[in-house]
Amino acid sequence: MTTDTTTKGATPGAAAPGETVLDARGVTMRFGGLTAVRGVDLTVGAGEIVGLIGPNGAGKTTFFNCLTGLYVPTEGEVRYKGAVLPPKSFKVTAAGIARTFQNIRLFANMTVLENVLVGRHTRTKEGFWSAVLRGPGFHKAENASKERAMELLAFVGLDHKADHLARNLPYGEQRKLEIARALASEPGLLLLDEPTAGMNPQETRATEELVFAIRDMGIAVLVIEHDMRFIFNLCDRVAVLVQGEKLIEGDSATVQGDERVVAAYLGEPFENAPGAEEVAEVEAAEAHAEATAEAAGARAETTNDAAPGKENDR
Amino acid sequence: MTTQTTAPQTPGARKTDAPSGLLPLPEKAARALALGGSVLTAASTFLAWTWTADFPGDLTFYGYPGGLQVLVLVGALLATVFALASYGVRGLGWLVPAGGDAALKFATLATFATSWYTVLAISVDLGGLVNLEPGGFLVAVASLAAFAGALALPFQRPEPDPIDPDDTGWEKFKHGAGHQWETLKAVFTAGSPRPVPALSSYAEILLIVAMLALGLVVFTYGIGTEYDELFIGFLITAGFGFAALNKAGLIAHASQIASRHQNITICGAFVAAALFPFTQTNDQYATIGVYILIFATVALGLNIVVGLAGLLDLGYVAFLGVGAYAAALVSGSPSSPFDVHFPFWAAVLVGAAASLVFGVLIGAPTLRLRGDYLAIVTLGFGEIFRITANNLDGTSGPDLTNGSNGVSSIPNLDVLGFDFGAQHDLGGFTIGRFANYFFLMLIITAVVVLVFRRSGNSRIGRAWVAIREDETAALAMGINGFRVKLIAFAVGASLAGLAGTVQAHVTYTVTPEQYLFAGPIPPNSAFLLAAVVLGGMGTISGPLIGAALLFLIPNKLQFLGNYQLFAFGLALILLMRFRPEGLIPNRRRQLEFHEEAEAPTLLTKAGA
Repeated sequence: MTTDTTTKGATPGAAAPGETVLDARGVTMRFGGLTAVRGVDLTVGAGEIVGLIGPNGAGKTTFFNCLTGLYVPTEGEVRYKGAVLPPKSFKVTAAGIARTFQNIRLFANMTVLENVLVGRHTRTKEGFWSAVLRGPGFHKAENASKERAMELLAFVGLDHKADHLARNLPYGEQRKLEIARALASEPGLLLLDEPTAGMNPQETRATEELVFAIRDMGIAVLVIEHDMRFIFNLCDRVAVLVQGEKLIEGDSATVQGDERVVAAYLGEPFENAPGAEEVAEVEAAEAHAEATAEAAGARAETTNDAAPGKENDR
Repeated sequence: MTTQTTAPQTPGARKTDAPSGLLPLPEKAARALALGGSVLTAASTFLAWTWTADFPGDLTFYGYPGGLQVLVLVGALLATVFALASYGVRGLGWLVPAGGDAALKFATLATFATSWYTVLAISVDLGGLVNLEPGGFLVAVASLAAFAGALALPFQRPEPDPIDPDDTGWEKFKHGAGHQWETLKAVFTAGSPRPVPALSSYAEILLIVAMLALGLVVFTYGIGTEYDELFIGFLITAGFGFAALNKAGLIAHASQIASRHQNITICGAFVAAALFPFTQTNDQYATIGVYILIFATVALGLNIVVGLAGLLDLGYVAFLGVGAYAAALVSGSPSSPFDVHFPFWAAVLVGAAASLVFGVLIGAPTLRLRGDYLAIVTLGFGEIFRITANNLDGTSGPDLTNGSNGVSSIPNLDVLGFDFGAQHDLGGFTIGRFANYFFLMLIITAVVVLVFRRSGNSRIGRAWVAIREDETAALAMGINGFRVKLIAFAVGASLAGLAGTVQAHVTYTVTPEQYLFAGPIPPNSAFLLAAVVLGGMGTISGPLIGAALLFLIPNKLQFLGNYQLFAFGLALILLMRFRPEGLIPNRRRQLEFHEEAEAPTLLTKAGA
């Protein structure tokens, strides 16, 4: 579905492969005495999908807000394609970083198409006088904007709902619309703040496809997410943020295997925690029980059903 | 609690299987009664209702209706037509695309209310029922019968909610009252209108012309009402009559047709407005017309700031004042310290530019605030303007505005040899001073409408709405919030200044006391905002109609005296309770305020 949009959409904000799009160095954010983010380094290369995970309250969204100009970092700096980010969020968007919000922030009483057209704001220039006088340039720009917006809506699969009010869309489509609106500003880097929150598995998979398609357009993506399967399927690299500090960064396998990450999510092993031998003992007992059950035959299937479920409990 | 198995009780043991009417009458009899009553009411307007000419309007004549009788006749004819249409008479079906019963109920209510108001007014004014002629009794009985017949028409009763047996007496009472209210609402509920049949655009344009002509007639009649009773009767008939047309689905059809030909409708509306002075024989009511236009134009300018960009500005009248003062100072008035007499086009530019500068000066520091804080600060600046104008009198400050005496004796405009102060004969019609200014003001209004429409439907307009909807998200979409808000503020200010330049000449004198925050005489900031809210935020026709009503009602109901502001406040409270989106709702707003309603998900046209 994306091949034709890829070529068109790739051009504006896309960077050459290998180039560093986002380079955050030593970003620290303090609110009074509270340090929400402490000395975080993160780079995103062109054509990369980078994940940012961490328990609730780890400072992920604060870090995001530092990247989008909503907050100005207390220390450190963020560079986008080599230039330090301006301190205002609309200038950041104009520079080429677009974002979505954790709790959907659409313009609820505007139509789907109008929402995307608002996203085109930085890439169009028609001011008040142009709107009032309506010269030929105005219609041309307006039509071009509408055409581009409809393309983006087709890209996320909402073109048939262009005239609906944004508030009347179902939840999953509102998420898609938010992405389309962000894409309308022709970004080189897209920041997604929990794009699959509240979605069912099918919708999550569709979002996954969508993010890959966006990457194929040449747009780098930085994702915050709690859905680990989504993150590890999607991302080239994953960074883990815990209590405002970056714990580890690496590919999916490295992060998944790291004990500290598990500890950050599930807590440190408590005192008198079962050691390796005890664990081995328990596993042996389980294996034994399973074998017994299989021998019993009748209940074999139910056990098998339960087993993969256990694997999923992270 | 959870094991409770008894069937929920329902208030009123009546099983609601067959739809029945509010009054116990068979349907056929009810319909016949409604029709017969309406016809009889119409006929009785040709009789004398009272024996003496003391009651205004002189209702003593046999043979033709006068004064309030005309209103009753109009209402009765409307009811008759709807009654016939509800019988399914051929050729009348197009009148009731949403079903005739609810429309018939409102039409008979209009007739009933107007005629009973008249009869009671005669009895009270002249002292007793003895002053009524047989015609008066006849109309009272006939209109009551028609209304009763209409109420007896069957309707779909709402299903009562089950009662919780643990309820206290008060809760049961509330429950019962709520059900009664639901039932009452259901009495007047109409179905959803049929879609508009495909007409040739020629026919549709003819229909638009007819609608505008009707609007002009109603408006002209309302302005021209000569005594309080007639104006109140007009309000009753017009209000319920409008409701009847609305329930019949005609309003929905009309707005659909109008939205198919928006440009033609708007041009047509201006032509209709321009015809208004020709319907007047003297300048008396053209005065009201021009004041309404000034008020409406400023309200429309405010609608850009409040309705589109969502900036609550409580000091907006100051911009009108700046424009008026600027124009007055360069008008060659003897009390102006500047001894200059600019031509009108230059004065307009000076007025608009002064307001623009003032708007930017006020906006630049204040627009960093959001919501309530902005409202408070603008309220303050509005008062600062008035007090400053009061003090620039040469003793408290430099002599610029002549203090509380204001700039007086502003000469009439003279554009290309056309003297606005003199009477002109135009094709047999005499066009007086105020009518001249009415035409000039109409051009200004057209400019404001043009600016509103075009800027609203563009990149900048979308940015305004986006800022109103969610400022943080709008900023994240690359909108420079401060800049965009400042543009809205400046545009609103200069449009008000534009209207101010004309106002200075119309009123001869510009004083600080014309630009209050709240006062009994519009335009003032509170009334301007009320006109926008009452009419409907974000629409063009809304503030125009809201301003017309807010000007006409205090102007016509002088007997209310000191209670005017009280009545105004009461009316606003009721409106906000029952129709928070305003009289002419923007489609967006309507959906916003009535979430429970089955909202059409498709937004075809964003408000008229």
